[in-house]
Amino acid sequence: MIEKFSTIDQWPDKQKQGMKRRTFLKLASAACVVAGMPVLNLPSGSLALGATGSDNRYVRKARYWESKAHKQIQCKLCPRHCVIDDHERGYCGVRENRGGTYYTLVYARPVTYHMDPIEKKPLFHFYPGSMAFSIATAGCNLNCKFCQNWEISQVTPEQVNSFYMPPEKIARAAKDYGAKSIAYTYNEPTIFYEYMYDTAIAGHKEEVKSVVITAAYIEKEPIQKLCAVVDAIKVDLKAFSEQYYKDVVHGELKPVLEAVEAIHNRGRWLEIVYLVVPTLNDGEKEIKQLSRWIKRNLGPDVPIHFTRFFPQYLLKNLPPTPVETLDRCKAIADAEGLHYVYVGNVPGHPAENTYCPRCGNVLVERIGFTVKAMKIKNGRCPYCGTRIPGVW
Amino acid sequence: MNRRKFLKKSVLFGSAFWLPRLLPASESIPQDGKSKVVIARDRQVFKNGRVNGDRVLALLDEAMQAYFNVDVPLRAWRKIVHPGEVIGIKVNCLSGRGSTHRELAEAVVERLLQAGIRANDIIIWDRLNKDLEEAGFHININGKGPRVFGNDAVGFAPELYVFGQAGSLLTRTLTNLCDGVINIGLLRDHSIAGVSISLKNLFGAIHNPNKYHLNAGDPYIADVNAFLPIRRKVRFTIVDALEAQYHGGPAYMPPWRWKFNGLIIGQDRVAIDYTGWQIIETKRKEAGMKSLKEEGREPTYIFTASDKKHGLGYSNPEWIETIHIRSG
Repeated sequence: MIEKFSTIDQWPDKQKQGMKRRTFLKLASAACVVAGMPVLNLPSGSLALGATGSDNRYVRKARYWESKAHKQIQCKLCPRHCVIDDHERGYCGVRENRGGTYYTLVYARPVTYHMDPIEKKPLFHFYPGSMAFSIATAGCNLNCKFCQNWEISQVTPEQVNSFYMPPEKIARAAKDYGAKSIAYTYNEPTIFYEYMYDTAIAGHKEEVKSVVITAAYIEKEPIQKLCAVVDAIKVDLKAFSEQYYKDVVHGELKPVLEAVEAIHNRGRWLEIVYLVVPTLNDGEKEIKQLSRWIKRNLGPDVPIHFTRFFPQYLLKNLPPTPVETLDRCKAIADAEGLHYVYVGNVPGHPAENTYCPRCGNVLVERIGFTVKAMKIKNGRCPYCGTRIPGVW
Repeated sequence: MNRRKFLKKSVLFGSAFWLPRLLPASESIPQDGKSKVVIARDRQVFKNGRVNGDRVLALLDEAMQAYFNVDVPLRAWRKIVHPGEVIGIKVNCLSGRGSTHRELAEAVVERLLQAGIRANDIIIWDRLNKDLEEAGFHININGKGPRVFGNDAVGFAPELYVFGQAGSLLTRTLTNLCDGVINIGLLRDHSIAGVSISLKNLFGAIHNPNKYHLNAGDPYIADVNAFLPIRRKVRFTIVDALEAQYHGGPAYMPPWRWKFNGLIIGQDRVAIDYTGWQIIETKRKEAGMKSLKEEGREPTYIFTASDKKHGLGYSNPEWIETIHIRSG
């Protein structure tokens, strides 16, 4: 049974007094590891109902849009470029046209917050063993058929309970709980861009980093601007085929690749996750093309995680990815010369560890989300001195 | 002067003004006769610029009697609803002033009461309370009389319904509260899907309509209408065509609205959408505008809804019988 948390301020006084920080973190971590799911404060048996309604605390003028005739607006945040009539919302469901001005409806409106190990994002080359104060709002600008968080990503803000947590409060909470970073995750943070951006700035004031977990279906300008205020970005690259993006994700590959290149060119730490879905995006040719693209455009030092799929949401007719398939993907990427190729969602797999690309020694030993040993010193392999890229 | 009324039966062949798309190869030939659509119009439904509720009720009665070939409206309604049931009325309040006319909803309520449905067992519903209020309805969740509320008042049932490309939660109003639903759509174009008439009105039953406008709503609109509770519970459609809109929808756009003075009714939502689509195209042509296809938003979902996989009705004009009623 997952412990249900309300906002920090709403924590019952009795429990607040009795609960030490260590206990809170232990409970939070246990909940995360067991379920890996955001906590939803739901009435039993149904999505939450208008709990926060049209509270204007959450409404802010949006960025990246332009006016059109007849009070229409066109959003420019993501490549969909939704054209939105007055009173309507775009594909993401959380940005609304009101009288010809475009607003975000989820500013300071997270539906969940958790303390997660950074390895859960996964980010393997960014302060291993540290904790990330993870937040998400409702909404998403995609509709992946395998989404494990669809109950928050595919809903509107009115359909799920949320909290009022302005950026400064998030930053303060992250600092108080000893998080190294704030993670914008679970749903697609592109759609809560303004909140994420301001929270990253607030976090830096508290000396807390920011990491973004994104599908990178975002226009170039906003992602470039975002790179200036965050510290690491993990991109979920769903496939290396336009057809898959169209059929399974309802997006496009090309702008995602452009966004990934933009992140890399701005010097933000970047890691890539490729969720391997049996029969749909696990072809040898596709993996080879992906690996070559990464090496050519990003370099061999960008880590890639081939992650195991489990049946979810609208893709329950497929089996979990065979581990042999993940091994094959890793072998292809290794053969193409990528230096840091991981296998994800297979606790105990040797490819969860970080190895020196030169001498082959284990540098970071992991089991699941737990770091058992961290041997990198001053950003280098302690055995042969090779520089290991990352943020240590 | 007595009100003149005449009945005219016509069958749409080749859709008089626009060539129909080639039929999907998979569309099946109807076994049990044609789908019937009644278009009832009365120039006097508006009086001094306002809707005349009495005329709307009278027009509704004529349309229902014609559809079911009966002499008394109660007999028509008794073919759709039964005493003791809970009946939902799905209105469309997305467009503020361009929303379902309250007078039409009241007319339906009046006839449901006469048909033996208890007042408190009538639920007028749409997506959001605020939309209903902006359209002139008074929210009544637990009080006496017909209830009026949005999906946000009752939430969504936890079961994920999946058909084709669509996967959605459904409002508890539909899944848990109603035995049957009267679907009151609007006659208007839609800037993405082409038209939004009766099939698309059921987007108001799902939790994620924003996700289903890609590719002009095709196949999503058809897929959503194929969800079992929608397929089973939506019993009848009455399209509020007192006013209609041929461009700029679904937003309320006065320059492109006209008084059609009518109702379009039937049980086959596909046939109704096809019929309404032709009306809109005719008006667009009169206004010198491009067809929806030329604008890249042909409502192909209508044909998808009629294919074998969906089987929601007939889009072939050869299998649609249209009855025209003109009053006043």
